[in-house]
Amino acid sequence: MSTRDVEVSKRITVERSLQGRRFQPANIIFEIGLIISLLASLGFVLLLLATVFSDGISVFEQRGLSFFTSNLSRIPGDAGIAQALFGSVALAVIVTIVAFPLGISTAIYLEEYAPDNRWMQLVRLNIRNLAGVPSVVYGLLGLAIFVKLLGTDMANGSGLTGGRTLISGGLTLSVLVLPIVIITSSEALRAVPYSLREGAYGVGATKWEVTKKLVLPNALPGIITGAVLSLSRAIGETAPLILVGAFYGTFFTTGDTGTLGKFTTTYTALPQVIYQWATEAQSEFNVQLTSAAICVLIALTFVANIGAILLRNRYEKRW
Amino acid sequence: MTSTLTTPTNAPRDSPFVDLSGNSRRRWRERRVKIFLISSVVVTLLISIAIIASLLGQSIDFVTTIPLDKLWNFEQWAPRIGDFDIATLFMGSLLVTVVAMIIAAPLGLGAAIYLAEYASPRVRRTVKPFLEVMAGIPSIVLGFFAIAWIGPEIVQKLFTEASAFSLAAAGIGVGLLVIPLIASVSEDALRAVPLSLREASYGLGARKLTTIVRVIFPAAISGIVAAMMLGISRAIGETMVVTLAAGAYGEANFTTNPLDVGMTVTSGIATLASGTDQVAGPSGGSAYNSLFFLGLLLFIVTFTLNIVGELFVRRIRERY
Repeated sequence: MSTRDVEVSKRITVERSLQGRRFQPANIIFEIGLIISLLASLGFVLLLLATVFSDGISVFEQRGLSFFTSNLSRIPGDAGIAQALFGSVALAVIVTIVAFPLGISTAIYLEEYAPDNRWMQLVRLNIRNLAGVPSVVYGLLGLAIFVKLLGTDMANGSGLTGGRTLISGGLTLSVLVLPIVIITSSEALRAVPYSLREGAYGVGATKWEVTKKLVLPNALPGIITGAVLSLSRAIGETAPLILVGAFYGTFFTTGDTGTLGKFTTTYTALPQVIYQWATEAQSEFNVQLTSAAICVLIALTFVANIGAILLRNRYEKRW
Repeated sequence: MTSTLTTPTNAPRDSPFVDLSGNSRRRWRERRVKIFLISSVVVTLLISIAIIASLLGQSIDFVTTIPLDKLWNFEQWAPRIGDFDIATLFMGSLLVTVVAMIIAAPLGLGAAIYLAEYASPRVRRTVKPFLEVMAGIPSIVLGFFAIAWIGPEIVQKLFTEASAFSLAAAGIGVGLLVIPLIASVSEDALRAVPLSLREASYGLGARKLTTIVRVIFPAAISGIVAAMMLGISRAIGETMVVTLAAGAYGEANFTTNPLDVGMTVTSGIATLASGTDQVAGPSGGSAYNSLFFLGLLLFIVTFTLNIVGELFVRRIRERY
């Protein structure tokens, strides 16, 4: 229990004894109102999960594993999410390779190296604001820079990114989560007490030695938590992918490309497939298959989120 | 480790000062690391510049080619046939945001007050992760929930004249998405109010309700305003819930009725880009440029709200 929790417990005890047996209807009504608003918020989540699960369960029962291993199809009975899963995993890999090193090193500079002047305050303000930019705007950035400027169009497949490819999509999502990675990593670094650094400087360590051998290991749980949360954010994003051209339709083929070749051809991702299926006219698509795909997406993001929260609670240090 | 921490050998023998910066190898490594770290900061700065540059360029092309009466005439947004009435999309965004905040402001604030003032530490520790998980639900999932359940079960039950897809259903969906954000920012603000203020209030004989309404709430007001600002900014920027649930696809008529089918700035971008026509193609026509114009408007509005919210948050930090 933190000192804050102890204070709160004390306060609650004092309040109870002061209250005694007096009956205060306004207090009670207010408290009930608050509990209702909390329960309503949480209730919606449960309702959502129940709706999606009960609609999607039939697909898992009938199809079993073939739902995960089949490609997109116009026939509801054959449609599966293999391509979407590949796309989402590949996007997550690109985000991990691009956004995490960049974000973490930016955070290290800002927290450990940067002088505290107006420029750096501006940089920090800028990063916090980037985190609040709507995701669809990042999609526009991706469309203008990664798809049009750095790649040519789909048909030619030349240019640095090859146009509407997994690489463009991955880079767009990397840019999208970068501010979140920076902010969470900065917080983790800031939580490491300054006395630790002073001790290391005292025995003659250089700045990088202090950072690498003391600060980073101690901040690692926090950094990983932030990274996992931003990864789950990236996996769930739809709007930017629409703009950078994740495939929208009920059927596509990449031909005979190998695993690496798939990075420079047409691609799709799980949220994009959900979007497509939800807008189809047949109920097999817009109810059952959509719900089943949502179950998979929710499972992925929840596992990531819950894992991150548990990790944080487990390794959160109090100095 | 030991080798890097030996006494520097390059210090002048008779100097009273010892050069603690170490040998040249260590100094070089420090510089390399620093240059690498600075370059990653520069990349993040470049992203902001790239956003503004890419939005501005196409937007200027767009504004200079479209006559003003096509941009603001309260008729319809139909970019594929050259009708670019921004007012239609503004009204859509306004309606969705208002509905969302009607849902999210009381529920989020109520949850925050309960967690900060009433809940025992144990309850708080159990409930907080649920709110965090709720914040992690992808918006496409809430969009589906909005068409599958909110539209038919809430909006159409309450208002029989409502269409199957409506701005109101989208607004409720967006509201659910914004609740965790508002709850967590306002809870932080309420918890930042020092306990001594509560103790002083109880000491003067105030009951709990009075303490919260008259002492704690005013003390935390700037943080709560910030939470609302951030919530509004998030609601305006939300895309997929509206794209799925508001029903309009590619074009929309001007409407002030939240029970109608409609379109917002964000869903205008998303549905225009989902097609496989001129927009997706290589040519940069007016419809393609309009995407960036809408993006720029969106960027300006959310940016302003975020900055104002940020200033309010900073105020609570400074006071206590």
